Amino acid sequence: MTDFFVYLLVMAGVTYLVRMLPLVLIKKKITNPFIISFLHYIPYAVLTVMTIPTIFYSTSIVPAVVGFIVAVALAFFEKSLVIVAACSCLGVLVTELILKYLF
Amino acid sequence: MKEINSFKKGITDGLPICIGYFSVSFAFGIFAVQNGLSVLEAFLISLTNLTSAGQLAAVPIIASAGTLIELAITQLVINSRYALMSVSLSQKLGPSITLPHRFSIAFGNTDEIFAVAMSKRFNVGKRYMYGLILTPIVGWTLGTVSGAIAGDILPITVTSALGVAIYGMFIAIVVPPIKKERSSALCVLLAMVLSCIFYYVPVLKNNIPSGFTIIICSVISSAILALVAPIKVEEKND
Repeated sequence: MTDFFVYLLVMAGVTYLVRMLPLVLIKKKITNPFIISFLHYIPYAVLTVMTIPTIFYSTSIVPAVVGFIVAVALAFFEKSLVIVAACSCLGVLVTELILKYLF
Repeated sequence: MKEINSFKKGITDGLPICIGYFSVSFAFGIFAVQNGLSVLEAFLISLTNLTSAGQLAAVPIIASAGTLIELAITQLVINSRYALMSVSLSQKLGPSITLPHRFSIAFGNTDEIFAVAMSKRFNVGKRYMYGLILTPIVGWTLGTVSGAIAGDILPITVTSALGVAIYGMFIAIVVPPIKKERSSALCVLLAMVLSCIFYYVPVLKNNIPSGFTIIICSVISSAILALVAPIKVEEKND
């Protein structure tokens, strides 16, 4: 069996290289309007793809939907990251408890 | 262009990420120990990788004594989105971030740290970035260790509720700007549709690793929006 530290080295090495190379190699300001626009949209797109539809399967579906709605509603009113995340968890927890004890 | 460069401000901005990470890495800690890893091993993975999806995918490979090639490719695919983010971030770093600092700041370019840094109106400086990276690292490693040690004590209801925290954070980052910007809202909508297609169409779901799905969907939606609704360059460079 391969030693744990070899796994660790490979894993951390690949992850670091992926992050480091573009940051170190690209030093000039990009002026191409398409690339600038593309990079402007990328963060929204990545976070959206990572959230939808995965969030609905992160726990049972009904509590997950409640957590999602709570998060979107609070985010719409521009509450802070902590508030949105905490209330979303709380929404899931409360729904799970209700489902567990009422049905 | 003005630069945000306060270490304290970085720490404060990193605090919500720290709390979100604590809950997510708590779940990772539980998962790692369930798969037969030691608390120390779980801690070392979190400290050196600082990435959720990649770590979750790596644990079963390590636990089943998988090959190093498999591990490397999995990490490359799942984490390749960071390359896109690093390209974006490279445009946001102020002049105080010289080459040696780029090497160290690259280590902390996670989804959330990236999103917070990019949401700033001005360029970000090195002190701000180190603050912004430090608090989440503490949250991520502490959460991993706590989860690995105490995971069995907490009821499953609590641990599964904590798992939603990270998505709550993503939503809190995405929703406010798309209220104001129709083109970003369209991009999010398109990304949602594509993501659902890749999730619900069995051929796609079964054959494309989730890391690739993230890249394909986000590149397509961002590229389409960049073509039909390019942002005004002057606005970004003021």
